[in-house]
Amino acid sequence: MSEAAKTAGTIVATPAPVLTPRREVWLSLKSNRGAMAALILILLLILCAIFAPLLAPHDYAAQNVDIALTPPAWAEGGNSSFLLGTDGIGRDILSRLIYGSQFSLMIGLIVVTLSLTVGVLLGLVSGFHRGTVDTLIMRLMDIILALPSLLLAIVIVVLLGAGLANAMIAVAITNIPHYARLTRAAVMSELTKDYVVASKVAGAGTLRLMFKTVLPNCLAPLIVQSTLGISSAVLDAAALGFLGLGAQPPTPEWGTMLADARQYIDSAWWVVTFPGLAILVTVLAFNLLGDGLRDALDPKLKR
Amino acid sequence: MIRFVIQRVLLIIPTFLGAALLTFVLIHAIPGDPVQMLLGEKVIDPVRHQELLAQIGLDKPLPIQFVDYVWNVLQGDFGKSIQSKESVLSDFFQLFPATLELAFCAMVFAVVIGIPAGVLAAERRGSVYDHTLMGAALTGYSMPIFWWGLLLILFFSLYLGWTPVSGRIDLDYYFEDGTNFMLYDSLVSGQEGAFASAVSHLILPTIVLGTIPLAVIARMTRSAMLEVLGEDYVRTARAKGLSGFRVVGIHALRNALIPVVTVIGLQVGTLMAGAILTENIFSWPGVGSWLVNSIYQRDYPSVQGGVLLIAGFVILVNLSVDLIYGLLNPRIRGRR
Repeated sequence: MSEAAKTAGTIVATPAPVLTPRREVWLSLKSNRGAMAALILILLLILCAIFAPLLAPHDYAAQNVDIALTPPAWAEGGNSSFLLGTDGIGRDILSRLIYGSQFSLMIGLIVVTLSLTVGVLLGLVSGFHRGTVDTLIMRLMDIILALPSLLLAIVIVVLLGAGLANAMIAVAITNIPHYARLTRAAVMSELTKDYVVASKVAGAGTLRLMFKTVLPNCLAPLIVQSTLGISSAVLDAAALGFLGLGAQPPTPEWGTMLADARQYIDSAWWVVTFPGLAILVTVLAFNLLGDGLRDALDPKLKR
Repeated sequence: MIRFVIQRVLLIIPTFLGAALLTFVLIHAIPGDPVQMLLGEKVIDPVRHQELLAQIGLDKPLPIQFVDYVWNVLQGDFGKSIQSKESVLSDFFQLFPATLELAFCAMVFAVVIGIPAGVLAAERRGSVYDHTLMGAALTGYSMPIFWWGLLLILFFSLYLGWTPVSGRIDLDYYFEDGTNFMLYDSLVSGQEGAFASAVSHLILPTIVLGTIPLAVIARMTRSAMLEVLGEDYVRTARAKGLSGFRVVGIHALRNALIPVVTVIGLQVGTLMAGAILTENIFSWPGVGSWLVNSIYQRDYPSVQGGVLLIAGFVILVNLSVDLIYGLLNPRIRGRR
């Protein structure tokens, strides 16, 4: 009998491997070269952040005026010990960039987690309880969206005081409306579907409907938005750092490093060039991955 | 249509009040004594302190203060700057032309390059052009513009020496009673080389501020064009034997432009945020660098007024875009 069952099993299994939705998305993503390159870059970045103490050739905070503004190793006057050169007070730029990846990834993750959590909750409440609550929440979201995000972030940082934590809160607040709107729209379209009605008839409570029944089916746009959200968070936090309102020196946050580097613009190009390049590459990678995920998760949008 | 206009106009009221509330909270949540802030280092006795507090209306309950504040703002009273001792409104409008000029040039730059790039990418979909252009667009979209500005200064101003590093015009030129729109002022002044100087100062800031809108417009144009190029009427136009240029440039583009125009309008907010960074890099004397400077100097009335004025400007532009869109596309009018 067990023999028969086994054969039956193999017969069913062999014709075609079952293509689960998750696998389908992965296959589509895998065929997208840009997204795969981005994914590899992001993995490298994560490794860089985790193993920063092992990878960094020097202490990121160690100052040494004697070697200040040493050019990169390949340039004239360079020193092979300082691959990307040193900054105005003799700190190794490569080491600072490596440690900086910790900040950028942390900023991206925390900001997205904060705005995603608050945004999804607001969107769920809005979508489930139409009427006054919905109007109130959505009006508030409209107000936030009507203000340029960097301007709003600056106002919030001025209110809370300059610093990395407050900058992250500020950037998170400006991003909430995107998640709230996406969730609300997805909830509203899901609510009319049969499976939700069935679940309701079966006696599921509002909370269960929200989090167990509806939310898992609204995830696709949220995943895409979160990935793109990481890039805008990194960018905005770096901009605040650049304006002196984000992470404070001597933190090796890339935007803050750039603010510090401005005074050397006519004497040491490398101090200015590399931190910005790091920001660009990181932001670009998350945008590429976000675009790829969107194409994979929503083939209708693929162009 | 009239109902649509009234509805949209009414909808900006809560948005404006929200922005006002935000700036109101801002000024009240900042630690420190407002009277002391106005007086600087001087010491005063408590009675006089109370009098002064009453004089600027800060002894009333907060909701009343908010109503007063909104009332004043509606009458154009945005308070006095601590630094310049001038009214915030006049400070703002002194500098706003500089920002407007820069933003306008950046937008023209973005549109003039972005739309053809998007059209080309859509028409040659999947080709090397498409991939290169869209790769460039994504890079532009991901650009930290404050770094981009520094990089351009590094190369074009410092290395090649082609463009000036900062400011709006060489110090040799001065215009009495100017409009503060430098291109216009320098042109009508008739002073030799003035216009060229103004233009050379504008080039790099324009590129920096226009980069992100350019990328957004190019991407939007491409996807709108792809949608339109698949339509029946485009096939009909091709079947009639019209030249590729006529079909793409006239029949298809005209319809693809509707969403693009909306996106252009929505970029005004991005431009204002970008102006804060761009002006900071190029020491461009506009409202962006003024705002950042006011923050550094703890000139809170200026910060408060400036933020509200910029927000008001963006809200008004968005409203106009909304109305124009309703005018162009009757379907949108019926929707809420």
